[in-house]
Amino acid sequence: MNRLQQLFKEQQKQLLSIYYTAGYPHLDDTLEIAEELEKTGADFLEIGFPYSDPVADGPIIQASSKQALDNGMTLALLFEQLKDLRQRVTIPILLMGYVNVVLQYGVDAFCSKCKEVGVDGCIIPDLPMYEYEELYQATFEKYGLSNIFLVTPQTSEERIRKIDGLSNAFIYLVSSSATTGSNLAVSENATNYFKRIADMKLKSPVVIGFGISNKETYLAASQHASGAIIGSAFVKNIDANNLKASIKGFMEQFS
Amino acid sequence: MNYFVDERGYYGDFGGAYIPEMLYPNVEELRQKYQAIIDDEQFHQEFKALLKDYVGRPSPLYLAKRLSDKYGANIFLKREDLNHTGAHKINNTIGQILLAEKLGKKRIIAETGAGQHGVATATVCALRGLECVVYMGEVDIKRQAPNVARMKMLGAKVVAATSGSKTLKDATNEAMRDWISNPVDTHYIIGSVVGPHPYPDMVAQFQSIISFETKNQLLEQTGKSLPDYVLACVGGGSNAMGMFYHFIDDETVKLIAVEAAGKGIDSGFSAATTTLGKEGVLHGSRSILMQTADGQVVEPHSVSAGLDYPGIGPQHAHLFKTGRGLYASITDEEALQAGLLLTQYEGIIPAIESAHALAYLEKMQFKAGDNVVVCLSGRGDKDMETYMKYFNL
Repeated sequence: MNRLQQLFKEQQKQLLSIYYTAGYPHLDDTLEIAEELEKTGADFLEIGFPYSDPVADGPIIQASSKQALDNGMTLALLFEQLKDLRQRVTIPILLMGYVNVVLQYGVDAFCSKCKEVGVDGCIIPDLPMYEYEELYQATFEKYGLSNIFLVTPQTSEERIRKIDGLSNAFIYLVSSSATTGSNLAVSENATNYFKRIADMKLKSPVVIGFGISNKETYLAASQHASGAIIGSAFVKNIDANNLKASIKGFMEQFS
Repeated sequence: MNYFVDERGYYGDFGGAYIPEMLYPNVEELRQKYQAIIDDEQFHQEFKALLKDYVGRPSPLYLAKRLSDKYGANIFLKREDLNHTGAHKINNTIGQILLAEKLGKKRIIAETGAGQHGVATATVCALRGLECVVYMGEVDIKRQAPNVARMKMLGAKVVAATSGSKTLKDATNEAMRDWISNPVDTHYIIGSVVGPHPYPDMVAQFQSIISFETKNQLLEQTGKSLPDYVLACVGGGSNAMGMFYHFIDDETVKLIAVEAAGKGIDSGFSAATTTLGKEGVLHGSRSILMQTADGQVVEPHSVSAGLDYPGIGPQHAHLFKTGRGLYASITDEEALQAGLLLTQYEGIIPAIESAHALAYLEKMQFKAGDNVVVCLSGRGDKDMETYMKYFNL
């Protein structure tokens, strides 16, 4: 069992997860941000490895990815930075990024490095279920990595069941039909969708993301799930000149 | 060897549908329905009628006599430049707009580089009375003002893509983001044989009219339906796939695809994907693309906006890898010279894209009597500014 699976197994309260882009705002901020987030109450983290063409992302994460690439970030460098991860951070860590970067690194090398540095799972939004099953699943399992699938308001019940079957940590429920960073309208529609998923009694816990930007939307979403993920709003709030204070300031609203 | 798509959506090692879950329902609906819709008799009749009466097909297959004398072979030009809107792009947009109607979609989105596909999309949207949004890189909007005006006049909304390099690749990203945000009422008309399955196959089928007609026209004009060579330029590769389609399984026909070498293969300003690229995933399919060791997509360069793309369609990647097609490249300068040559030998000003295919004739050795077909994918009106600058006209 990896740290992520352990976390959900022992879960007592709604979880808060934070996404940020590795290499942003400065190339070497990766571990410092993780440490600060653990200290200020995040339950688990998604560290984004940047890609030049992030189609599922809105303007904020596009910009942080571009800045990270301009700073010189690569997947190889990220693994180098994460060498001391487990001396400094104890909460579960996911890596999030696009499939081409993983392909170029090599799937086996990628998974093996994840295990070596203490990463617990991955979110690769453009890796299709078919390809995952055919080409990736065995490798992921060999290294004890959890692959996290997305579900959207348009995903059919049959497909959700299939995703549930393939998941071994949690399912990432995309709050609405949008890219990252749009504002979640806590509408009747969204609530009905969250309830519909809850009523399916899936074996996997569900965590809601996309459009969660503050305490209000966090509470509204997470009451229907095991927790929620904040990405763009956190990244937007990062102050390059005042890194720790800006993280602390953002996280205070949830304490 | 199977050169066409299999039931998994792959061409050998290439293809597939590498898309975020948000796009899955739309792409899956297309995958399930596209072939039945295309094969439907009523659809076929409607498509054929519009191609004939609206686009002006069949496009002529013209034996270019002075060019033939120069190269010592029979050089035929497939005149896609004579289509309504001035290029082959309209074959695909007519097909896809009819398909979008069958799917009950009310809103159309598209990406465009030089604006040719954007104009072809805006045109069919005006024709059928559908809302149209075209994504175009901010840089391209500035350098292709007449096409932007045409799209606007046709009633399309032109949205600037301001991310990344602000060109075709980024316009495609923005169109995909739009589709993610509008999953129910919107159809995305991709303009080339790229994107997630079934797009490469669907667009190839709509463009296959080019080689279908060519076969019949060759039979009429030469007594043989198979040529010795067919040539076409490749950006994403839609005119080339249309030109190759009905010849792919006749292995005696040599298929030559011409990429843009830009300022030279090793200049750092090139779009010669098969030479400079590696296998990877871009815009929803596994193919060959120009990228860094870290998997970041590299900005291409070509004088011709239509070839200025860092990837090629997955079927092209398969034809390249299996050796069925020869993939060559031509520099900006060679293409511009070939454009001038065709203009002065035959009185036809070609699009700079098509001029890349023509330029490759210089590098070939023919036997007397060889039949060679070059796809003249578009006309050069849109490129006059570039020609004027280069030749000081």
